[in-house]
Amino acid sequence: MSGFVALIGRDLRLAWRSGSDALTLVLFFVMVGVIVPFAVGPDPVLLKTLAPGIVWIAAFLAMLLGLDRLFRDDFDDGTLMAMQHAEAPLALLIAAKVIAHWLLSALPLLIASPVLAMLLAMDVSTFLRTVLSLLLGTPALTALGTIGGAVTVSLRRGGLIAPVLILPLAVPVLIFGVSAIAPAMSVNSATTALLLLGALSLFLLVLAPFAAALALTVSED
Amino acid sequence: MSPVHGTPEDAPPRAIAVAGLGIERGGRTIIADLNFVVPRGEAMLLTGPNGAGKSSLLLALGGFIRPLAGRIDYVGRDAETRPFADVHFIGHRPAIKPRLTARENLQFMAALLGGPVGDVAAALVTVGLSHAADLDAGYLSAGQTRRLALARLLVAPRPFWLLDEPTAALDDEGAGLVARLIDAHLADGGVVIAATHHDLGLAANPESLALVALE
Repeated sequence: MSGFVALIGRDLRLAWRSGSDALTLVLFFVMVGVIVPFAVGPDPVLLKTLAPGIVWIAAFLAMLLGLDRLFRDDFDDGTLMAMQHAEAPLALLIAAKVIAHWLLSALPLLIASPVLAMLLAMDVSTFLRTVLSLLLGTPALTALGTIGGAVTVSLRRGGLIAPVLILPLAVPVLIFGVSAIAPAMSVNSATTALLLLGALSLFLLVLAPFAAALALTVSED
Repeated sequence: MSPVHGTPEDAPPRAIAVAGLGIERGGRTIIADLNFVVPRGEAMLLTGPNGAGKSSLLLALGGFIRPLAGRIDYVGRDAETRPFADVHFIGHRPAIKPRLTARENLQFMAALLGGPVGDVAAALVTVGLSHAADLDAGYLSAGQTRRLALARLLVAPRPFWLLDEPTAALDDEGAGLVARLIDAHLADGGVVIAATHHDLGLAANPESLALVALE
């Protein structure tokens, strides 16, 4: 268990010391929100309709961008080999990586989401639903990203392939994520979407460490 | 660095045994029908020209690549632990993170590998890095990075050591350090397999396995 905690601690510390990585994703996320009103016009009614979709697209792309750094460094410098010789099972250590990655790539987006809400003229209740749907949906994206990152880690240009690989799998997350906040939806169907989003996240979070562990053990071959 | 000892009389059997091992990389057979046993307290040096398969053999022994044929047995390994949880593999990639200090790197590695954690500060003194303990590991030289990687052998005591070019980038004093570490480990009843181009200068003359490049 000590390896689990140590790995989360190390990833957070590394990110804190390098600083810019997490900030880049947040800036990207906010920038999408800044650009859209210029592109579609500043009509508040239109923006309000588009807002859930825009927030999710911004979060989705930001998370895909951050995906490559999940295993790349550890693979390149040999830490992954040490992880395979650790006393803790590889899947458990990968679960630690998933948690650290969520904290470093999804949580900053959640924290930055009020800025986006303001730019897109969201009302408070839509904003709260947005935060909730991001909270329930981003773990699924992180989990899918973990699988994608693990499968492509030994490829030199894996950074570009992984997002393409998981894109089709991540589309359901996007669909339910947006339905959970779309103002056109009735309260009932929004709740259903939220529940499905949560179920998807739980399912993928359990599956991802094992799938990624399998992919990583053959990565040297 | 002591967990692996026991007097010779009551010592349980321990060895790395390889039988009929065949390894293929990139569709090319590089090792075929290899057999050897390295028993407790002994080292085996892998020698041979570049491309003879020294690193590949170590990777296979470490479980990182799947052998084409044959079997690898760690005799006397603790059946309670996960496979390879009592094997140290130190390869070309040192698993050292820049932006963490030398001490943090070692502390992390000890926690990651698990098991009884040795004395991190003492290990840094042994490998001659006590003065650089709080230095960002990104500023360490190649030789110092290698020393830090070797310090892992001390903070996470394990009986089986697989070392790929342990003296690479090290100065004469560092090469002596490697020899001292291995000698102490062997005296403790450990098993060492190391790929090297140099005479490591071990106390006892180790067995050596010369690999040849297969056509």
